[in-house]
Amino acid sequence: MTSPKKDKVLLSGNHAVAEAAIRAGCRFYFGYPITPQNEIAEYLSEHLPEAGGVFIQAESEISSINMVLGAAVTGARAMTSSSGPGISLKQEGISFLAGQELPAVIVNVMRGGPGLGNIAGCQGDYFQAVRGGGHGDYKTIVLAPGSVQELVDLTMLAFELADKYRNPVMILADGLIGQMREPVILPEPVRHFPDKEWALRGAKGRPSRFSRSLILNVRRMEEHNWKLQRKFREMDANEIRFERYLLDDAKLAVIAFGSAARVAKGAIKRLRKEGLKVGLFRPITVWPFPHKKIRELAGEINEFLVYELNAGQMLEDVKLALAGQGEIFFYGRPGGVIPTPMDVAKIIGSRYYQRIKRKAK
Amino acid sequence: MKKIYGRPKYLKARKFHYCPGCGHSLVHKLLMELMDELNIADRTIGVAPAGCAVLAYDYMDIDIVEAAHGRGPAVATGIKRSVPELVVFTYQGDGDLAAIGTAESIHAASRGEQIMTIFINNGIYGMTGGQMAPTTLEGMKATTAPKGRETRRDGHPLDLSSLLAQIPGVVYAERVSVNSPRGIRQTKKALEAGLRCQLDNEPGLALIEVLSMCPINWKLSPVDSCKWIDEVMSKKFPIKVLADRRIKTTRKAVSGSVD
Repeated sequence: MTSPKKDKVLLSGNHAVAEAAIRAGCRFYFGYPITPQNEIAEYLSEHLPEAGGVFIQAESEISSINMVLGAAVTGARAMTSSSGPGISLKQEGISFLAGQELPAVIVNVMRGGPGLGNIAGCQGDYFQAVRGGGHGDYKTIVLAPGSVQELVDLTMLAFELADKYRNPVMILADGLIGQMREPVILPEPVRHFPDKEWALRGAKGRPSRFSRSLILNVRRMEEHNWKLQRKFREMDANEIRFERYLLDDAKLAVIAFGSAARVAKGAIKRLRKEGLKVGLFRPITVWPFPHKKIRELAGEINEFLVYELNAGQMLEDVKLALAGQGEIFFYGRPGGVIPTPMDVAKIIGSRYYQRIKRKAK
Repeated sequence: MKKIYGRPKYLKARKFHYCPGCGHSLVHKLLMELMDELNIADRTIGVAPAGCAVLAYDYMDIDIVEAAHGRGPAVATGIKRSVPELVVFTYQGDGDLAAIGTAESIHAASRGEQIMTIFINNGIYGMTGGQMAPTTLEGMKATTAPKGRETRRDGHPLDLSSLLAQIPGVVYAERVSVNSPRGIRQTKKALEAGLRCQLDNEPGLALIEVLSMCPINWKLSPVDSCKWIDEVMSKKFPIKVLADRRIKTTRKAVSGSVD
């Protein structure tokens, strides 16, 4: 263990994810420019070769995800990053990675949409990320960081989980976290990597093998699908991560992820000072989603406020989790608008007064 | 008794699923003969395409990765950059290389990736049932060009190999055919030249285009298909060396001069 202070540095989210990737043992980065995540590629173009890795600015998002697939099939740790429009193009490759059971890390620094949208932070790609995204029955683990430090930690975790499950893992950040600078403690570089006896590096001293997703025989294709589903259930059982903040005595729970949760936390701090019993439930893995934990909350709390930087996407997962229990109020700001903690405090406060204070009178 | 001919060591003992008269099995066989002759079977990775040859791993006894339609050169880039000592080839059809994967083909060439691209040109989409390809000739019928390719409507046939040959990152490009014993022998030489580019660390991509028969979708007999390549197809896609920028050329191209 080195002294944490020694490694405490001020980094933007984009530089932090890039540096963390190197420390996680990623040696291959393939990407294509798109705002607001260009600093990831710029950082890696300089520092990845220094670490003995390969950086390629590809001709497209489609090519970059397929280069990731090529490096991944040899057993290397590889990643790509992009934002909304580029992530849409990568979905073909992400589906192939899932089908061929290959590990990879994909970073989405979300921006406003649909279409070209804008370059402000937004959470409009939630559905695309957690429902699979590309064609076919598959899931990717989706990690939603709420700070630059967490972006670092989740980047390290993303490579570990990708290898553990042989499945693509997505980091769902947004323009706010990508561009924001915060002091972070960088972890020690990973030195031990899992054996990848499945990798293809030439059939030396063993029978030849292949990596494919085409299975023409429908029974075998079904078998392969169930095998994937068993893996997804295992992720659901083992990999759920979340944060509870001031929930123990709360009468109203805000449910938010990523940047929105960060802003909500600020709002909750203010409201607590005024004596309002509000808390935050923050899913860190948005897939697998902490359905059970939210359902358990309904035993203690009746009022829920879902806050997202979109028009209501995680809201559907919260509704599924609560299954009719409790009252849900939704506050959403799509298109790249990021309200201040004060704005959000007003919304939470007015809901609290309507539903809780009034009842108490 | 001395055995003078047999199944190549690295061609699996399995019946081909290809249609009668198809050129794929010939190219598979030549490629696997070369794996043995160049002693590279245990350090080669092939990238299979979407299309009839997607099942290449059923026949080639080497490591094979399947790529999405058109993405072979990008997948091969990732493999080769990760393990440079490997010999890496992509096996692609005309739709794969010259339509959906045009960008991947051009930019892998432009980066001078040290891979070999085998381009099977039969002027048609075979696996999907005979639709028009980027290389379908003018007047040639396809299920999506029922009256024959009409350039005002369907555009002109695309000679992507000649375009690729202009790119400095292409160290060797040759067009051959498998419609005759002579053509098959020449194809083997071309494939060997392409593979040797990687063994000799030539700084770029090798492209071998093979004019290949698709009798079923051409609606010709296998014999007439072979003739059609000589009489029609090779007029639009001439058989020749398209580019030779090799530095350590151990064997010069046999089929003709570079122009």
